[in-house]
Amino acid sequence: MLLAKDAIDNTVHDPTQPQELITGGQTFTSITDHICGIVEKPRPPRAWYVAIGITSAFTGVLGLMILYLIFTGIGVWGLNNPVGWGWAIVNFVFWVGIGHAGTLISAILFLLRQKWRTSINRFAEAMTIFAVICAGIFPAIHVGRVWVVWWLFPLPSYQSMWPQFRSPLLWDVFAVGTYMIVSLLFWYTGMVPDLATLRDRARTSLRKISYGLFALGWRGSNRHWHRYEKAYLLLAGLATPLVLSVHSVVSFDFATAQIPGWHTTIFPPYFVAGAIFSGFAMVMTLIIPAREMFKLKNIVTLYHLETMAKIILATGTMVGYAYATEFFIAWYSGNPAEQFAFINRAFGPYAWAYWIMVSCNVISPQLFWFRKIRTNTWALLIICIFVNIGMWFERFVITVTSLSRDFLPASWGYYSPTLVDILTFAGSFGLFFTLVLLFMRYLPMVAMAEVKTVMPQEHWEDKVSRPIGDYHGDNPVVQPLRRRARRPERR
Amino acid sequence: MSDASANTHGGRELFGYLLEYENPGDLLAACEKVRDAGYTRWDAHTPFPLHGLDGAMGIRGTRLPWLVLAGGLAGLALALLMQWWMNAVDYPFWISGKPFFGIPAAVPVAFELTVLLSALTTFFGMWALNGLPRHHHPLFNSERFKRATADRFFISLEAADPRFHPERTRAFAETLGAQDVEAVED
Repeated sequence: MLLAKDAIDNTVHDPTQPQELITGGQTFTSITDHICGIVEKPRPPRAWYVAIGITSAFTGVLGLMILYLIFTGIGVWGLNNPVGWGWAIVNFVFWVGIGHAGTLISAILFLLRQKWRTSINRFAEAMTIFAVICAGIFPAIHVGRVWVVWWLFPLPSYQSMWPQFRSPLLWDVFAVGTYMIVSLLFWYTGMVPDLATLRDRARTSLRKISYGLFALGWRGSNRHWHRYEKAYLLLAGLATPLVLSVHSVVSFDFATAQIPGWHTTIFPPYFVAGAIFSGFAMVMTLIIPAREMFKLKNIVTLYHLETMAKIILATGTMVGYAYATEFFIAWYSGNPAEQFAFINRAFGPYAWAYWIMVSCNVISPQLFWFRKIRTNTWALLIICIFVNIGMWFERFVITVTSLSRDFLPASWGYYSPTLVDILTFAGSFGLFFTLVLLFMRYLPMVAMAEVKTVMPQEHWEDKVSRPIGDYHGDNPVVQPLRRRARRPERR
Repeated sequence: MSDASANTHGGRELFGYLLEYENPGDLLAACEKVRDAGYTRWDAHTPFPLHGLDGAMGIRGTRLPWLVLAGGLAGLALALLMQWWMNAVDYPFWISGKPFFGIPAAVPVAFELTVLLSALTTFFGMWALNGLPRHHHPLFNSERFKRATADRFFISLEAADPRFHPERTRAFAETLGAQDVEAVED
């Protein structure tokens, strides 16, 4: 088994041979030992302690800011007239968007039989859950009277009042709530076999009990695998339209308004492309340091990173196209308010934000046309951080510029955040990274059971008297067996 | 293994035999033989879903998709009824001349609840059909079996099978090319 530092470049491969997704001559045993070993080590690396110290401090700041907001009121934020939507909405849309790459990798790439997803899907799904948790905080606290936030849900109350289902803001509650629950089920379902592995290897009774509880008594039975795989396929099939719908519904909040720059039918596809774009950038931002810290280079190979870079390039180009389309439609519509909104975005008081957005989102991912940049982890990491910054500014530009300069010059204003806005947002990053660090320490970071299905099988094939193809493909030996099982009389 | 009259092993009830394999290919071949011998209460245990095993074991399709369809339709009906009843019947609220209940405005929530109930049915239905969670299983008595979730492949032949016979089944199991045949207590 090769050591992590000897990880080979598998980004160029012979198309007549199967792509080597897992490098370093791994076996089922070495994969299990390596991934479980990360969790089983008595102490995590020192860097982990430093990191969680910093991120927990930020999480504490988030808690304090939320308390301050609840005790004082929404006035502590920089909101004003006319800019009644500020960082809370920007951060909400940003975090929901981050989550999308996780579902895309786990559901859509699963349906498309993209085998390379198995190395990164667990990680990306965890990121989805944590990002949606961060996203959920903002709409909950921006209502002001947090203690009545349950009015958003269709629960009976003594006032006999029901929520207003004609409001896109309520659609959001259902979309994001469903997204959270389905992502959690998907993540957990995928993890059960790996939790069983950890249970079976556990040495201490605390580990035995805690992993045993969540492993649900899984024993790798093929009668169970059979239903499990069908359920996983169904969940992937359900999550695929769901992930596309979530950001579409988020975009309806804007698109159903009359404000120039928001009243746009391109928003649903444009928001979804942007969400996937920023989500993949966040997966990269997390996984590049993680594969370094936990020596995962043979499992999350350069090929995986390069493929993600290609997706970032594709979605980044879509986002750039959407920006251009917005400008074209503003001109083509002949609507002066719409035309002004877009000229104002590029050259008005928020031009700085607009050009940060364009340079980070449209220009920087174009560097991924070059293979040298796609396969350089430092370049990947830096560009991905740029993409995250750019996508935050995209939401800022959409939300704030349209509100600050709407139809009447008499009602124009300028919005600037307060320290509380900034610290709350920074605190949400603290929460996100704290959860990611806890996940890396206590749960299997790579979907072991799935990785084992895409491994090179040289280590057992030579012992078999007849050739058997790979487990996932259409197997020429398996097909007749299946027929014989169902119709024994024909043989 | 001299007592052929009762399924006992070392004084305790016998759960069955556990056959261990080092590679998936041998397991597939052995499963075909067990299937063809007519055993019904037996199983294969693998660390990952091994494709081709369903055919080799003769497992038929699951009815889970039908449950999920029912769950999804229930979600759709629930969402439409809820929105209609809450906003058009129990608490009608006039906003900008919009209809109290209109299908276009009801679509997003209806879609989300359809997906939600389908997903919940998939999740809970799958575990229920699998008979999980359960806190213990006789196979966990085997130390060897701990590797079934890591890197080893097993067949379990249960004593509850009508064709099971302590000696004849043991003799049959030993022809299946397993690395090891272990008797597991209940």
